[in-house]
Amino acid sequence: MSDATHELPERIPIRLVVNGIGHELDLMPWTTLLDALRDHLELTGTKKGCDHGQCGACTVLIDGRRVNSCLTLAVMKDGAEITTIEGLAKNGALHPLQQAFIDHDAFQCGYCTPGQICSATGLLAEGHARDADEIRELMSGNLCRCGAYPNIVAAIQQAMGQS
Amino acid sequence: MNNFQYSRASDVADAIRLLIADPGAKLIAGGTNLIDLMKEDVERPTRLIDISRLPLRDIEETADGGLRIGALVPNSDLAYHPLIEQRYPLLASAILAGASAQLRNMASVGGNLMQRTRCAYFYDTTTPCNKRSPGTGCSALDGLNRNHAILGSSKSCIATNPSDMSVALAALGALVHIAGSTGARTVALTDFHRLPDDKPHLDTILGRGEIITAIELPPLGLARNYSYLKIRDRLSYAFALVSVAAALELEGNAIGEARLALGGVAHKPWRSLEAEAALRGQAATPDHFGHAADLLLQGAVAHSHNGFKIELARRAIVRTLMQATSATPQSQAHKKVA
Repeated sequence: MSDATHELPERIPIRLVVNGIGHELDLMPWTTLLDALRDHLELTGTKKGCDHGQCGACTVLIDGRRVNSCLTLAVMKDGAEITTIEGLAKNGALHPLQQAFIDHDAFQCGYCTPGQICSATGLLAEGHARDADEIRELMSGNLCRCGAYPNIVAAIQQAMGQS
Repeated sequence: MNNFQYSRASDVADAIRLLIADPGAKLIAGGTNLIDLMKEDVERPTRLIDISRLPLRDIEETADGGLRIGALVPNSDLAYHPLIEQRYPLLASAILAGASAQLRNMASVGGNLMQRTRCAYFYDTTTPCNKRSPGTGCSALDGLNRNHAILGSSKSCIATNPSDMSVALAALGALVHIAGSTGARTVALTDFHRLPDDKPHLDTILGRGEIITAIELPPLGLARNYSYLKIRDRLSYAFALVSVAAALELEGNAIGEARLALGGVAHKPWRSLEAEAALRGQAATPDHFGHAADLLLQGAVAHSHNGFKIELARRAIVRTLMQATSATPQSQAHKKVA
């Protein structure tokens, strides 16, 4: 904030549809989608890990595609439909990937889990992963410091109908 | 992040006008590299010009049988596009070797060309860096330079270009279409990125107020005998120590057209027409591949920690050409190197 010669910009009005619910927000241009979700909409299921696009904990779906919300400016997504971990369960029933993560004990501390599950949701929609090697490769943007990778792969295979 | 103004460009001409009106402005599309650099205080734009909604998302066939790819096509959409998979699998493979699925969903083709080096000193604002702060010196020259350039570097900068996509585009002879206030121009991809010489703060030849509008692929796709081999410290989601894009046209075991480019070794994708010419008309054998590798690596210079990259590159070139010859391209999912 050392640029005293630059006037502060005005807040920018945007609309985000998050988990099916429309929200009107007035945000500074540098507010990331991650901070908008956590700090403005109090949806803290999406996690801030590295905040630099290296860990995947902040993964959400924008118009059905998985992205790193920490590297996304909220104002650039005016009008977009966002799905976070809070939006995956339907009518009280867990999403098949949420159930599969429980069935396979696919987490230890759980901090990376919302990002893992949102990322895996995107992976299933993309339809490019056919076996365990391809799942591992296409999930490489999600780190798990507890090392639950074998069970994460097994959970995703279950959701793909492979086990 | 510093504070900045935000504008949404209504068309390409508007983006150019906004760029020229504010010398500290930058374009933003996917933002995967720029937002990160802003969080690190390396980039401090006064204004971001959002071009992500401009209609530059088409992949169209050109009159001569090539493809024109809009600058805002996401990397993942390009890699999985049926025409790219069928005609330019070398490009698809190189794109899928880079970044993560999330980042490939976000990053645009034009932005991939504009991404900046991952040299640790460029990111560390407490250290001298001629690329970040011209005239302050290069910390990598006598610092930790294991990942740095072995070709085409200068006393000002030994940083490398981190793109995988650009290496395949260089080998395929791609063109970059650029729009500016005085009209449009087209340059070869191999002329788009610069060598550092004494101006390492300039990554590309893009002038003030210019914007990439499209990438063009010539008709020759070299879709049968090709491979992209990326050598790195972990098997996925890491930048290359050395990468090789290779493609051949073979009649029996005789080489017709040959294409060869390296990533991770220089300030730009590294291609040598001399090395490719030496392969044409020869038999596809490890000896001839080794000779081409020597030509491509001519002038390679080791710094204190990266001498291993010269021999690594030589072996990777030969291995990649063997994969291309046998039409068994390196898989980007099944990591065993054949």
